[in-house]
Amino acid sequence: MKLRTLTLGLLSASALAFAAHAESITIATVNNGDMVRMQKLTEDFTKANPDIQLNWVTLEENVLRERVTTDIATKGGQYDVMTIGTYEVPIWAKQSWLLPLDKLGDDYDAKDIIPAIAGGLSVDGKLYAAPFYGESSFVMYRKDLMEKAGLKMPDAPTWDFIKQAADKMTDRANGVNGVCLRGKAGWGENMAFLTAMSNSFGARWFDENWKPQFDQPEWKNTLQFYVDLMKADGPEGASSNGFNENLALFQQGKCGMWIDATVAASFVSDPKNSTVADKVGYALAPDNGLGKRGNWLWAWSLAIPAGTKKADAAEKFVSWATSKHYAELVASKEGWANVPPGTRSSLYANAEYQKAAPFAKMTLDSINAADPTHPTVKPVPYVGVQFVAIPEFQGLGTTVGQLFSAALAGQSSVDDALKQAQDAATAAMTEGGYIK
Amino acid sequence: MARAVTTQHKTIATVAAWIVALLIFFPILYTIITSFKSEQEAIQGFALIPSGTFESYTEVQAQSGYFKFFFNSVLLSVGSTILALLVAIPAAWSMAFSPTKRTKDILMWMLSTKMMPAVAVLFPIYLIFRDTGLLDSRIGLMVMLMLINLPIVVWMLYTYFREIPGEILEAARMDGASLWNEIIYVLTPMAVPGIASTMLLNIILAWNEAFWTIRLTTTDAAPLTAFISSFSSPQGLFWAKLSAASTLAIAPILIMGWFSQKQLVRGLTFGAVK
Repeated sequence: MKLRTLTLGLLSASALAFAAHAESITIATVNNGDMVRMQKLTEDFTKANPDIQLNWVTLEENVLRERVTTDIATKGGQYDVMTIGTYEVPIWAKQSWLLPLDKLGDDYDAKDIIPAIAGGLSVDGKLYAAPFYGESSFVMYRKDLMEKAGLKMPDAPTWDFIKQAADKMTDRANGVNGVCLRGKAGWGENMAFLTAMSNSFGARWFDENWKPQFDQPEWKNTLQFYVDLMKADGPEGASSNGFNENLALFQQGKCGMWIDATVAASFVSDPKNSTVADKVGYALAPDNGLGKRGNWLWAWSLAIPAGTKKADAAEKFVSWATSKHYAELVASKEGWANVPPGTRSSLYANAEYQKAAPFAKMTLDSINAADPTHPTVKPVPYVGVQFVAIPEFQGLGTTVGQLFSAALAGQSSVDDALKQAQDAATAAMTEGGYIK
Repeated sequence: MARAVTTQHKTIATVAAWIVALLIFFPILYTIITSFKSEQEAIQGFALIPSGTFESYTEVQAQSGYFKFFFNSVLLSVGSTILALLVAIPAAWSMAFSPTKRTKDILMWMLSTKMMPAVAVLFPIYLIFRDTGLLDSRIGLMVMLMLINLPIVVWMLYTYFREIPGEILEAARMDGASLWNEIIYVLTPMAVPGIASTMLLNIILAWNEAFWTIRLTTTDAAPLTAFISSFSSPQGLFWAKLSAASTLAIAPILIMGWFSQKQLVRGLTFGAVK
């Protein structure tokens, strides 16, 4: 009896000691379907790693960006894993704010990560963030309306075709707008779309010497085309439409075409929320025959801040969340269509995934068509397709976004907006020491 | 005739008051209505009758436990209010009953700190919190909320205390009351309504504070403001869930406000009619 008590006592004492050793890591993340799903599935991770506890902090994207920037810049050490985008990774890695991910495990197979995505998350050949899901942008269109208009959407349309189709599909009396595009001001809102679009028009933000290029004809062509197209065939009040607003319009059958993130495909084809689920077709983002298409590249990725004291546990988690095993876990619990897209080549080779996600091939083709290291027709000194990976871009991008949004709303002319954008960019670049 | 005009005026005034009240309250009402809709209903456009589903509430609770955040909100708002009163009562007492030439200037200076945008001091405060180990701690945030609301608390109490005739305090002193007794047994009982409404207003302000409570917390000390923020999404439509989260976050303070509205109105209009 005594022995039994003693053994029990020892056992519980060691259990307590073990619990006291359990490390808890804090993960900062955004609220989107894939991230919420991951939070539900973490039991799989904690079962395999009973000594690691996970704390989640979910925040709105802009607040998250501000919070993690503050924390990382001051080395506050509040987070052990951060969800960040393709914009932050190269800037933060160069500042030595992130730890390189070189201990992801033997079976991680980092070579399986889609090269375009891996390129955007690496600096000097080292991976600084592991992609959780990746996206590009493409054209989503209503097959029925396209047929009614007597047209056939090519796999790789031109901007002229988009204009022609939009004109024919627009039926204001029945509430159908030929095309819905982002107009809400913000570097990640209308400027993501317009910067990607401008690449296909041969425009660029800066020349090789960081001189702003808004005074060049390529930008004039881009913005004029966009404003004219939206005025003729876009929805009312388009200057305040972002991703969510356009998603709602498309799901309600009010858009003939919508050019936006590939991740939207799973929303518009979901019969539970979309009234047009069975009528959606997909095509690559348009081009003008100049060798670049108007599609972007983005990956929400998991990175480890240099200030963490729990780097090993954090890296274990990052490895789990972005592994092939995780994709299989999601597939077994929620079906292949719900696996986070756009990160691993093996997913797109999977026959079951191709069957479950009709937009799979077009998503992969779109991602492969984007090259963050050579985003434009003419050479540029920066990395990034729909952004310029310099710290000044958030502020400058939003300022220019406001000017272009005002041009769309008719509050200023295209020429005025471009002139003001040129002035704002010149001032920001001068202040940043890029030009004199 | 005169009576008829008065009745007519009254009716117009009442109708106008109702319209204004409804306009002000409508966004909150619509949030509550939307929280009982499905996600698809929520995006389909304006509709005042929801299908009455509790789906969003169940999902919100499953996604991130409400009660931890609720508990933090209660603790932070009540705690910071008590702290604020402890500092503000003596301050307001001295300003009301022993004013100097510069009392008014001090009051103005205190209020002027409220005019600065909070983000201007984000970095210094963040660094202080980091170095003192107060990031994501309830105590740190309580002190922060106390400091933010202190100017308003001092101002409100000062206005109340000035209404109390100084002669009563003098009489107490004549009867041999000590300073302590004077504050506890004479001043406080007379100022209870004022202190109560200040307290209520301060609890509401602390409950709704969303700048510092989001930026200085991560998990342990995060209150309901962080809870709401976690349901806002740039990609994907979660309006019904966001509405359910908002309704859950404002419900307690709305109910408290409803029951204490008399004190609140008195507190806010005190000294307005003189």
